[in-house]
Amino acid sequence: MTMTDTAPAIVPDFGDEDEVDRKLVIICSKGNLDMAYPGLVLANAALGEGIETHLFFTFWGLDMILKSRMHDLQFTPVGNTAMHMPVGDSRIPQFLTALPGMQGMSTKMMKKQIADLGVPEVPDMLEQIVAAGGHLWACRMSVDMMKVSEDDMYDGVEAVINATDFMDKSAGGQLLFI
Amino acid sequence: MSTTMIAGRDVHVDDDGFLTEYDEWDEALGAELAKNIGVEMTDEHWAVIRFLRDDYKAQGETATTRRVDTVGGFPVKRQFVLFPKKPAKKMAYIAGLPKPHGCV
Repeated sequence: MTMTDTAPAIVPDFGDEDEVDRKLVIICSKGNLDMAYPGLVLANAALGEGIETHLFFTFWGLDMILKSRMHDLQFTPVGNTAMHMPVGDSRIPQFLTALPGMQGMSTKMMKKQIADLGVPEVPDMLEQIVAAGGHLWACRMSVDMMKVSEDDMYDGVEAVINATDFMDKSAGGQLLFI
Repeated sequence: MSTTMIAGRDVHVDDDGFLTEYDEWDEALGAELAKNIGVEMTDEHWAVIRFLRDDYKAQGETATTRRVDTVGGFPVKRQFVLFPKKPAKKMAYIAGLPKPHGCV
């Protein structure tokens, strides 16, 4: 490009060279709908920035990658003091949150709010993460405890690994426990 | 906001060098922007960029990789091949659009 007397063209620095070493490891330990999303959204964002990303599913987080459960994660308002009426700041009284039907209703509402933002459901998020080059791992102890096998898992899961393997995979990474 | 000269003309850009005026862009400029960041444009690249331009015009918002996949029909995996490492930002830059605003 030739430049005469104008300001030099600003070319954004996409950091292609210096991001190669950054690595993010997210441990997903919860199977509630609201606790599934933070890890998935961050993983997706990290991959979009060219960051090597690993997700490790342990304990209740295993529900996120079990074919029979991943479509049906639930949200419960029980014990959540930040649960408010749909409009305004008033809290939903805790004794109401445990009433029959509240979990189903709250889950439905949350799913709708998420869908309204154009954010996909959990299985689709995982698919996008895998398509973007993300790595999914399942925790050996949780798999044994819950008596499930690799056949029960979403295809994108690379392997069931133990705690020592995890140390290997996470070496040099930034770590998030959710 | 400042102006800078790209492909022989003055255009408005933000601090990162992304175009801020939709109508200042044309494909000759897009080709120059692609060259700036080392992307070699093929027909497939252009198809993605045209989708982004049209979608922005209709929606008023830059499509995310998710939308480029589900609405545009260009799989996420392919986007990473065409615009390596940071597809969302690179696509937006070449298309002369702001960076996508949503999280997903």
